[in-house]
Amino acid sequence: MKWKFTGDIPIYLQIMEQMKEQIATGTWKPGEKLPSVRELAVQAGVNPNTMQKALAELEREGMLYSQRTAGRFVSENEEEMNRMQERLVQQQLEGFAEGMRKLGYEPREALAVFEAYCSRWEETAERRRNEYINGMQGSL
Amino acid sequence: MSTLMECRDLYKKYGKKKALNGLSLELEGGKIIGLLGPNGSGKTTLIKILSGLLRQDGGIVRVGGNPIGIESKNIISYLPERTYFPTRMRVREAISFFQDFYQDFEVSRAEDMLNMLGIDKNMRFKEMSKGTREKVQLIMVMSRDARLYLLDEPIGGVDPAARDYILKTILGNYKEDASIIISTHLIADIENILDDIIFIREGQIVLHQMADNVRQEYGKSIDGVFREVFAC
Repeated sequence: MKWKFTGDIPIYLQIMEQMKEQIATGTWKPGEKLPSVRELAVQAGVNPNTMQKALAELEREGMLYSQRTAGRFVSENEEEMNRMQERLVQQQLEGFAEGMRKLGYEPREALAVFEAYCSRWEETAERRRNEYINGMQGSL
Repeated sequence: MSTLMECRDLYKKYGKKKALNGLSLELEGGKIIGLLGPNGSGKTTLIKILSGLLRQDGGIVRVGGNPIGIESKNIISYLPERTYFPTRMRVREAISFFQDFYQDFEVSRAEDMLNMLGIDKNMRFKEMSKGTREKVQLIMVMSRDARLYLLDEPIGGVDPAARDYILKTILGNYKEDASIIISTHLIADIENILDDIIFIREGQIVLHQMADNVRQEYGKSIDGVFREVFAC
């Protein structure tokens, strides 16, 4: 697993963000047991107290839960996970909107370029799929 | 958390030059602390006083409730700026040397780390590169179960990959209630592992704060804040 930190934001907030992303993208599965705080800290190259703080916060938000002796686990609460997913999507949208606003776009114009982008995106995906299928057929 | 180390009104002069000028500091257990300051600000002097290599001209130092002496040395593990092993010494001799000297030295821990790095215990220090020598020295220091580790420029002479290894060695090897003081001016490389930062200038503490609070307050990396505070 990759961790990347910038210097200007508290590290525990960055850990929380990245953990959420990792949960959303399935690096950590619902119900999966997390390694110990120390192990995660060494892996990420951060202070164990900082890792502890981030995990405690994630627990408070309901992403993780701990069982007294068994350790810490990724939440299986679907509602909570959906809410997190929504928040991450919201963040992406806000980032995009903010960038377009800075470039001087109106919402309608931003939507138009994004729609164009999405249809190209779809075409590319379609072409890749076809290439893959052709490749498979070729090798058969 | 109880106080692990306490300095009050420390003074130290070299000739006319004041290296420590009324420095006061209190640290608790369970923290990794960055002792950060420009050259000649008093970092090494403070560390040498804590380790018992120098004596202060004035002021009080207590580590684990005791003045600097046999008791404090038993709980302090010190990594000096420069390696001190005789060049003809072999790694395994250094291990038995540490074993004789320190009751809290864990041979198996040292051996595990040496194996992981593929360092032959029969090697002599003069046969090693500077970086390898520094790694071996750090392994020895971190293989003690100390309460307070004093690491003076632990990443000074090694390449970035070795730096990562060294930081992980530090992170993976201290007990939860122990504290580590790391002195360095290579701040960007270590700032992610710090709980607290201490800025020192002209022998005095100018800032002692939680690292994440500094990031929040200034909206900058520790390195960035350092450059601002110590701008010439």
